[in-house]
Amino acid sequence: MSEQNQTSEMRDPLMIAEDWMQAGRDVAIATVVETWGSAPRPVGSHLVIDADGNFEGSVSGGCVEGAVVAEAADVLAEGEPRMLEFGVADETAWEVGLSCGGRIKVYVERLG
Amino acid sequence: MDPHSLKKLNALRRERRAAILLTDLEDGRDRVIGEGDPVAGALGEAVSRGFRSGKSGVVEAEGRNFFLNVHLPAPRLVVIGAVHISQALAPMAKIAGFDLTIIDPRTAFATPERFPGVPLHAEWPDEALAHQPLDAYTAVTALTHDPKIDDPALCAALEAKCFYIGALGSRKTHAKRINRLTEAGLALAALERIDAPIGLDIGAATPAEIAVAVLGAVIKALRTRGLGDRSAVA
Repeated sequence: MSEQNQTSEMRDPLMIAEDWMQAGRDVAIATVVETWGSAPRPVGSHLVIDADGNFEGSVSGGCVEGAVVAEAADVLAEGEPRMLEFGVADETAWEVGLSCGGRIKVYVERLG
Repeated sequence: MDPHSLKKLNALRRERRAAILLTDLEDGRDRVIGEGDPVAGALGEAVSRGFRSGKSGVVEAEGRNFFLNVHLPAPRLVVIGAVHISQALAPMAKIAGFDLTIIDPRTAFATPERFPGVPLHAEWPDEALAHQPLDAYTAVTALTHDPKIDDPALCAALEAKCFYIGALGSRKTHAKRINRLTEAGLALAALERIDAPIGLDIGAATPAEIAVAVLGAVIKALRTRGLGDRSAVA
């Protein structure tokens, strides 16, 4: 059981964000704040991104992560948080495959 | 996110304590609220609701939008007794999302053959609980019918303010249990927290049905637990 806990902690995006921060890396945190229809990841899910585009966690199970990582680079550079919305009508989402019929709102902010 | 918020949030999560990260979506400021921390007004109500339900979401309060990210420790279920009911309860609890552990010092009962893939401790409750302490997000069910095994676990569960504590046995058996535990120095008011006869009253007849009744009572306790109630009976 302790091994299981360790594994889940190792994969936990917020724990990873803290490790990255302590290592002096710039970190952006993306959070699913609202979902409509069948969204692949629940509200509260996190994706954490560093300035080199490394990321851990997920906000959509892989569909829109690329777009979120790209936005995170701007958020890291400018410091202002932004709200992103993805859905079936969104061209980017179609391209990357959020075809489950859901829509999600993702809040992206800089740590610190 | 404020780095201090992240550190505080992660520290609470490591200690298996419930926490909410509250983010003001207008200005991006955030703060961490621990379970039981006072928060006034409509926001306070939303915070209480969040702790009870475990659901994260956007709430409107004071004319602003806030995002509440609720972090509850994963609920655990510690079963005392590697008995027939436990064999049914183990797979059911796993499906319902509980992290289940079985403790029974009787090595003839606590065998991997009887409980394939289930974390099993063939030890006395005091020994087993020393390396995995109980907490408020753990339920304890005592199913052995043997006071030597059940009683110490029930005492530990009361001490740790487990969100559910249940003990198998008839009303008569439970009356004897109450006498023993009162003599051992426990307060009668605290002992009222023990659910006995165990489980929801659904007329369960077979071990599997009793397991359903027990799991139902555990889920009910988890989802309806009042934050005030728990400290009131402590």
